[in-house]
Amino acid sequence: MLSLQNVSKTFGGFRALLRVSLEVREGEFLGLIGPNGSGKTTLFNCVSGVFPPSEGSVRLRGEAIDGLTPDVICHRGIARTFQIPRPFRKLSILENVALAAHFGHPTRESDAQARARARDVLRLIGLPADPEARPGLLGAAGLKKLELARALATGPALLLADEPLGGLDPEEMRQTADTLRRIRDEMGVTVVWVEHIMATLMRLVDRVVVLDHGEKIAEGSPRAVAEDLRVIEAYLGEKIALE
Amino acid sequence: MDAVLIAEAAVNGILLGGVLALLALGLNLIFGVVDIVWIAYVDLVMVGMYAVYWLVTAYGWPLPLAAVAAVALVAVLGLLVHLLIISPILASPPVNQLLATGGLLFFLQAFATFLWTTDHRSLRLALPVVEVFGMYLSFARLLAFTFAILGMLGLYFFLTRTYIGTAIRAVSQDREAIALMGADMRRVYLVTSAIGGGMAGLAGVLLIIQYSVHPHFGATFGPITFIIVVMGGLGNMFGAVVASLVMSEVISIGGILASTEMAYVVAFVIFIVSIFVRPEGILGRRE
Repeated sequence: MLSLQNVSKTFGGFRALLRVSLEVREGEFLGLIGPNGSGKTTLFNCVSGVFPPSEGSVRLRGEAIDGLTPDVICHRGIARTFQIPRPFRKLSILENVALAAHFGHPTRESDAQARARARDVLRLIGLPADPEARPGLLGAAGLKKLELARALATGPALLLADEPLGGLDPEEMRQTADTLRRIRDEMGVTVVWVEHIMATLMRLVDRVVVLDHGEKIAEGSPRAVAEDLRVIEAYLGEKIALE
Repeated sequence: MDAVLIAEAAVNGILLGGVLALLALGLNLIFGVVDIVWIAYVDLVMVGMYAVYWLVTAYGWPLPLAAVAAVALVAVLGLLVHLLIISPILASPPVNQLLATGGLLFFLQAFATFLWTTDHRSLRLALPVVEVFGMYLSFARLLAFTFAILGMLGLYFFLTRTYIGTAIRAVSQDREAIALMGADMRRVYLVTSAIGGGMAGLAGVLLIIQYSVHPHFGATFGPITFIIVVMGGLGNMFGAVVASLVMSEVISIGGILASTEMAYVVAFVIFIVSIFVRPEGILGRRE
């Protein structure tokens, strides 16, 4: 579905991504891991159009999308969340999500339709707060959920989730991880998930890709990756128990 | 000093404040969304004033029709300013952007001088003076204030009740996030520039019924508009309205207690003190 061929990204003399190639299959739940600064968010930025890759190609269902603007890439079916939630703080929760529902669709929906779908997404995500309230009232978990809700409201085929569990307590983590799984299982959205919480990620994903210093160093089933010596050395530090 | 005279000055201050607020909101809207200060904003107002003046005096259009045409003309001008001047320099350093919109200011002033000389031109409307509780108020000012309020209400409903308006507010908070949600930034910028231009056109209409126009009109209202925008907090709409009223009251009441020149001195001192005390604007919050 998503195919990266030799994607590199340099900032001045700094090489954030170096000839990364990777395939995401239709309907897959893919984990993307790596130490801080390994290029995970840069990869998301190159795919979602925040900036174009310096070299290489990004294809979605066979069509090149590198160099397109973020709004066009969004309309092609890719949505992303931010590691640090970036809600529009002066708009209500519902307005935040309804904007995504309205602008995310190439054929614009009526006001009522967009709002109805925004409410559906909020229900699915399980955001209990009053939708007319400002996002400032939400805690860390609520803001992470709002990020997911905005991304989903654009009606994506592929969701790039950037550390949706960061900063949550164990119960909130369990809930949010479960939501991600339902997004894939029930909505049929392909998910690429960046996370540092290894135990949770490894339990849920179909496949894992590991980045280190901007390069792909491993790829495979969670079990194979967890036992890969290069991965252990670069990142995990020690073997992690999967069960 | 007669209490009625001071009350009259206070009311005139509010009336002037309405038009100043309209100017400040237009400039603020463009700055908040496109992140570029249109130094030539009040010179677009001057173009709107000339448009009304010539349509009425040379072509004999009725004033309301000329007013609508002027608003539309300056809205189109706003679009062109964005397409021709702003969009090529969106990613340039701020100083280049200031120089470009500053260049537009000199272009408009020089072009107006070339076409219409430096003569002060007035519509010479015979609008009545209204007496309220012993105060003598100019009908033109009351009219201008009313339409300024209507213009601001229109902007408010547009920004809160429509998707493109809500997107415009969202852009001023996080332009990257709204683009990733599928909003076409180019379209948002164009709509904002057209509305900002339209508001400059409306301000032009409201000013030509009170003042005479000349190529350097921008120098009269430009500095005070920028001061209001900065004092209210760049991008802060409500702050701009409050700052407009504060400044117009100082100018109006100071004008009759001392002199207009002295009133401007006091206004600028208040501005300087206010940016020392609250650099983020009188109603601004530190982010």
